Amino acid sequence: MASDRISVMVTSGNREQLQMAAMVASVGAVSGSDVTVFLSMNALKFFVKDSSEKAPAEGEMGALLEDKNAPDFMELFGQAVEYGDAKIFPCSMAVDILGVKQDELKSFVSEPLGLTAFLSDASEGQVWHF
Amino acid sequence: MSERKLVDAKNTFCPGPLMELIGQMKMAEIGDELEILSTDQGSANDIPEWINKVGHEMVESFEKEGVWHIVVKKTK
Repeated sequence: MASDRISVMVTSGNREQLQMAAMVASVGAVSGSDVTVFLSMNALKFFVKDSSEKAPAEGEMGALLEDKNAPDFMELFGQAVEYGDAKIFPCSMAVDILGVKQDELKSFVSEPLGLTAFLSDASEGQVWHF
Repeated sequence: MSERKLVDAKNTFCPGPLMELIGQMKMAEIGDELEILSTDQGSANDIPEWINKVGHEMVESFEKEGVWHIVVKKTK
């Protein structure tokens, strides 16, 4: 199986965008792609360990995702790492601005990554942005 | 001794059934067959794609009373 790279930048705090990002990351990772996820802007706060904040729905679809028992985006990101060896990095700038440390983020989140390194990683494959 | 394991992933949506299947595949032995049940047609289309891409063996796939059954054999 040919190995390919998928880089996913996630900046939205909307449920629909986070869901789609998690679907691309998890399905990509379990299908043999090297997946790198970069979390920044409004997306990062949901990955704080003790956060109980729910991502708000942007529209009708977001409300339906919850009503119809679609898999939770956080669970899918976790499965991307567990089943597909995806790497999920918090943006180092966002970590600084939010004032969180790596050990305050979900256990499947790796160490903070700078934009330069992400862009270098992203230059070799598909890039998705949510 | 290989066996067929039932994975009930009814009433969730793509990619939930695929992820449940993969979780069970990780624990299965080579040669085992897994039968996944899904009520989500997207997954019924997507799971065979995944089986084909990753290189396991598709045994059979059928719909019965609104539930899709996909049987896969773990080959590696």
